[in-house]
Amino acid sequence: MNRRLRWLIGLLIIIALFVGLIFYPPASLLEWQSISLMRFFFILLLCCIFCLYRILRGPTPADRIVSIDILGILIVGFCAVLGIPTGRPWYIDIGIAWALQSFIGTIALAKYLEGKGFEE
Amino acid sequence: MIGIIAYVFIVAGLIFDLFGCLGLVRLPDVYNRLQASTKCVTLGTCSILFGLFLFRGFTDSGIKALLCILFVILTSPVSAHAIARGAHISGVKLWHKSVCDKYEEDKEAKS
Repeated sequence: MNRRLRWLIGLLIIIALFVGLIFYPPASLLEWQSISLMRFFFILLLCCIFCLYRILRGPTPADRIVSIDILGILIVGFCAVLGIPTGRPWYIDIGIAWALQSFIGTIALAKYLEGKGFEE
Repeated sequence: MIGIIAYVFIVAGLIFDLFGCLGLVRLPDVYNRLQASTKCVTLGTCSILFGLFLFRGFTDSGIKALLCILFVILTSPVSAHAIARGAHISGVKLWHKSVCDKYEEDKEAKS
Protein backbone atom coordinates (compact mmCIF):
# COMPACT_ATOMS: atom_id res chain seq x y z
CA MET A 1 0.00 0.00 0.00
CA ASN A 2 2.76 2.39 0.96
CA ARG A 3 4.72 1.52 -2.17
CA ARG A 4 1.70 2.03 -4.42
CA LEU A 5 1.08 5.44 -2.80
CA ARG A 6 4.68 6.46 -3.48
CA TRP A 7 4.38 5.40 -7.14
CA LEU A 8 1.18 7.45 -7.47
CA ILE A 9 2.79 10.58 -5.99
CA GLY A 10 5.80 10.27 -8.31
CA LEU A 11 3.60 9.79 -11.35
CA LEU A 12 1.52 12.87 -10.41
CA ILE A 13 4.68 14.99 -10.02
CA ILE A 14 5.98 13.88 -13.43
CA ILE A 15 2.63 14.56 -15.14
CA ALA A 16 2.39 18.02 -13.50
CA LEU A 17 5.91 18.89 -14.65
CA PHE A 18 5.16 17.73 -18.19
CA VAL A 19 1.89 19.68 -18.47
CA GLY A 20 3.36 22.80 -16.91
CA LEU A 21 6.38 22.90 -19.16
CA ILE A 22 4.80 21.83 -22.44
CA PHE A 23 1.46 23.64 -22.42
CA TYR A 24 2.32 26.70 -20.32
CA PRO A 25 5.93 27.55 -21.17
CA PRO A 26 7.63 30.27 -19.12
CA ALA A 27 8.80 33.64 -20.43
CA SER A 28 11.53 33.21 -23.00
CA LEU A 29 15.16 33.04 -22.04
CA LEU A 30 16.39 33.13 -25.63
CA GLU A 31 15.09 34.76 -28.78
CA TRP A 32 12.92 31.88 -29.97
CA GLN A 33 11.32 32.18 -33.39
CA SER A 34 8.27 30.06 -32.55
CA ILE A 35 6.62 28.50 -29.52
CA SER A 36 6.98 24.92 -30.83
CA LEU A 37 10.79 25.04 -30.76
CA MET A 38 10.62 26.00 -27.07
CA ARG A 39 8.40 22.96 -26.48
CA PHE A 40 10.96 20.72 -28.20
CA PHE A 41 13.60 22.13 -25.86
CA PHE A 42 11.53 21.35 -22.77
CA ILE A 43 10.78 17.79 -23.93
CA LEU A 44 14.54 17.21 -24.16
CA LEU A 45 14.89 18.66 -20.64
CA LEU A 46 12.31 16.11 -19.43
CA CYS A 47 14.45 13.29 -20.93
CA CYS A 48 17.47 14.66 -19.07
CA ILE A 49 15.49 14.65 -15.80
CA PHE A 50 14.75 10.93 -16.33
CA CYS A 51 18.47 10.25 -16.87
CA LEU A 52 19.37 12.20 -13.72
CA TYR A 53 16.85 10.11 -11.74
CA ARG A 54 18.58 6.93 -12.88
CA ILE A 55 22.00 8.40 -11.96
CA LEU A 56 20.68 9.33 -8.51
CA ARG A 57 19.33 5.88 -7.56
CA GLY A 58 20.96 3.29 -9.76
CA PRO A 59 21.68 0.17 -7.72
CA THR A 60 24.92 -0.67 -9.55
CA PRO A 61 27.71 1.46 -11.13
CA ALA A 62 26.78 0.09 -14.58
CA ASP A 63 23.42 1.90 -14.39
CA ARG A 64 25.15 5.20 -13.80
CA ILE A 65 27.55 4.65 -16.69
CA VAL A 66 24.61 3.86 -19.02
CA SER A 67 22.89 7.08 -17.92
CA ILE A 68 26.02 9.15 -18.56
CA ASP A 69 26.26 7.66 -22.06
CA ILE A 70 22.61 8.53 -22.77
CA LEU A 71 23.12 12.11 -21.48
CA GLY A 72 26.09 12.53 -23.83
CA ILE A 73 23.94 11.57 -26.82
CA LEU A 74 21.05 13.80 -25.67
CA ILE A 75 23.28 16.88 -25.48
CA VAL A 76 24.05 16.49 -29.21
CA GLY A 77 20.28 16.73 -29.74
CA PHE A 78 20.24 19.86 -27.56
CA CYS A 79 22.86 21.46 -29.78
CA ALA A 80 20.84 20.60 -32.91
CA VAL A 81 17.60 22.03 -31.46
CA LEU A 82 19.39 25.21 -30.33
CA GLY A 83 20.92 25.63 -33.78
CA ILE A 84 17.55 25.92 -35.56
CA PRO A 85 16.00 29.17 -34.15
CA THR A 86 19.18 31.11 -33.41
CA GLY A 87 20.68 30.55 -36.85
CA ARG A 88 24.25 30.31 -35.59
CA PRO A 89 26.28 27.60 -37.32
CA TRP A 90 28.70 26.90 -34.48
CA TYR A 91 26.24 25.03 -32.25
CA ILE A 92 26.64 21.92 -34.40
CA ASP A 93 30.43 22.17 -33.94
CA ILE A 94 29.82 21.88 -30.21
CA GLY A 95 27.67 18.81 -30.95
CA ILE A 96 30.42 17.05 -32.93
CA ALA A 97 33.04 17.78 -30.24
CA TRP A 98 30.68 16.60 -27.48
CA ALA A 99 29.92 13.32 -29.28
CA LEU A 100 33.66 12.60 -29.57
CA GLN A 101 34.37 13.42 -25.92
CA SER A 102 31.40 11.34 -24.74
CA PHE A 103 32.57 8.32 -26.75
CA ILE A 104 36.09 8.46 -25.32
CA GLY A 105 34.79 8.93 -21.77
CA THR A 106 32.35 6.05 -22.05
CA ILE A 107 35.04 3.70 -23.35
CA ALA A 108 37.30 4.69 -20.43
CA LEU A 109 34.50 4.07 -17.90
CA ALA A 110 33.71 0.68 -19.47
CA LYS A 111 37.39 -0.29 -19.19
CA TYR A 112 37.29 0.75 -15.53
CA LEU A 113 34.20 -1.43 -15.03
CA GLU A 114 35.92 -4.36 -16.69
CA GLY A 115 38.70 -4.21 -14.15
CA LYS A 116 41.68 -3.96 -16.47
CA GLY A 117 44.19 -1.17 -16.91
CA PHE A 118 43.78 1.72 -19.34
CA GLU A 119 46.88 0.92 -21.38
CA GLU A 120 45.54 -2.16 -23.17
CA MET B 1 6.98 22.36 -47.71
CA ILE B 2 10.46 21.19 -46.77
CA GLY B 3 10.04 22.94 -43.41
CA ILE B 4 7.02 20.73 -42.66
CA ILE B 5 9.02 17.58 -43.50
CA ALA B 6 11.84 18.79 -41.23
CA TYR B 7 9.39 19.38 -38.37
CA VAL B 8 7.98 15.86 -38.84
CA PHE B 9 11.51 14.41 -38.56
CA ILE B 10 12.24 16.45 -35.42
CA VAL B 11 8.97 15.47 -33.69
CA ALA B 12 9.56 11.77 -34.48
CA GLY B 13 13.05 12.05 -33.03
CA LEU B 14 11.74 13.70 -29.87
CA ILE B 15 9.16 10.91 -29.39
CA PHE B 16 11.91 8.29 -29.75
CA ASP B 17 14.05 10.17 -27.20
CA LEU B 18 11.21 10.40 -24.69
CA PHE B 19 10.33 6.70 -24.88
CA GLY B 20 13.98 5.69 -24.66
CA CYS B 21 14.46 7.68 -21.47
CA LEU B 22 11.18 6.31 -20.08
CA GLY B 23 12.58 2.82 -20.63
CA LEU B 24 15.73 3.90 -18.79
CA VAL B 25 13.59 4.70 -15.74
CA ARG B 26 11.09 1.88 -15.94
CA LEU B 27 12.87 -1.38 -16.89
CA PRO B 28 14.20 -3.74 -14.19
CA ASP B 29 17.77 -4.62 -15.22
CA VAL B 30 21.03 -3.08 -16.47
CA TYR B 31 20.92 -4.98 -19.76
CA ASN B 32 17.24 -4.22 -20.40
CA ARG B 33 17.85 -0.52 -19.74
CA LEU B 34 20.85 -0.56 -22.04
CA GLN B 35 19.06 -2.19 -24.94
CA ALA B 36 16.00 0.04 -24.58
CA SER B 37 17.64 3.40 -24.17
CA THR B 38 20.70 3.23 -26.42
CA LYS B 39 18.89 2.27 -29.61
CA CYS B 40 15.98 4.67 -29.12
CA VAL B 41 18.12 7.68 -28.19
CA THR B 42 20.57 7.07 -31.03
CA LEU B 43 17.79 6.94 -33.62
CA GLY B 44 16.04 9.97 -32.11
CA THR B 45 19.15 12.15 -32.08
CA CYS B 46 19.99 11.16 -35.65
CA SER B 47 16.46 12.09 -36.70
CA ILE B 48 16.75 15.54 -35.03
CA LEU B 49 20.06 16.13 -36.81
CA PHE B 50 18.52 15.09 -40.13
CA GLY B 51 15.75 17.62 -39.53
CA LEU B 52 18.40 20.30 -39.00
CA PHE B 53 20.03 19.23 -42.28
CA LEU B 54 16.67 19.61 -44.07
CA PHE B 55 16.34 23.15 -42.66
CA ARG B 56 19.83 24.22 -43.67
CA GLY B 57 20.31 22.44 -47.01
CA PHE B 58 23.82 21.95 -48.40
CA THR B 59 25.47 24.78 -46.49
CA ASP B 60 28.35 24.30 -44.08
CA SER B 61 26.21 23.63 -40.99
CA GLY B 62 24.06 21.14 -42.95
CA ILE B 63 27.13 19.15 -43.98
CA LYS B 64 28.33 19.25 -40.38
CA ALA B 65 24.95 17.83 -39.29
CA LEU B 66 25.37 14.91 -41.73
CA LEU B 67 28.89 14.34 -40.37
CA CYS B 68 27.51 14.34 -36.82
CA ILE B 69 24.87 11.71 -37.83
CA LEU B 70 27.64 9.49 -39.23
CA PHE B 71 29.73 9.88 -36.10
CA VAL B 72 26.86 9.15 -33.66
CA ILE B 73 25.79 6.05 -35.62
CA LEU B 74 29.37 4.76 -35.68
CA THR B 75 30.27 5.35 -32.04
CA SER B 76 27.11 4.70 -30.01
CA PRO B 77 26.75 0.89 -30.56
CA VAL B 78 30.47 0.45 -29.84
CA SER B 79 30.17 2.17 -26.48
CA ALA B 80 26.96 0.26 -25.63
CA HIS B 81 28.67 -3.06 -26.37
CA ALA B 82 31.66 -2.06 -24.23
CA ILE B 83 29.37 -1.16 -21.31
CA ALA B 84 27.46 -4.46 -21.58
CA ARG B 85 30.67 -6.51 -21.67
CA GLY B 86 32.15 -4.60 -18.75
CA ALA B 87 28.99 -5.01 -16.68
CA HIS B 88 28.89 -8.77 -17.34
CA ILE B 89 32.55 -9.21 -16.45
CA SER B 90 32.25 -7.11 -13.28
CA GLY B 91 29.52 -9.46 -12.05
CA VAL B 92 26.20 -7.63 -12.34
CA LYS B 93 23.39 -10.16 -11.95
CA LEU B 94 20.69 -10.62 -14.56
CA TRP B 95 17.04 -10.12 -13.72
CA HIS B 96 15.54 -13.17 -12.01
CA LYS B 97 13.04 -13.76 -14.82
CA SER B 98 15.65 -13.66 -17.60
CA VAL B 99 15.54 -16.67 -19.92
CA CYS B 100 19.08 -17.39 -21.12
CA ASP B 101 22.64 -16.12 -20.80
CA LYS B 102 24.72 -17.07 -23.83
CA TYR B 103 27.85 -15.16 -22.80
CA GLU B 104 28.15 -17.14 -19.56
CA GLU B 105 27.82 -20.41 -21.53
CA ASP B 106 30.57 -19.24 -23.89
CA LYS B 107 32.89 -18.43 -21.01
CA GLU B 108 32.23 -21.84 -19.42
CA ALA B 109 32.85 -23.62 -22.73
CA LYS B 110 36.17 -21.83 -23.27
CA SER B 111 37.52 -22.49 -19.80
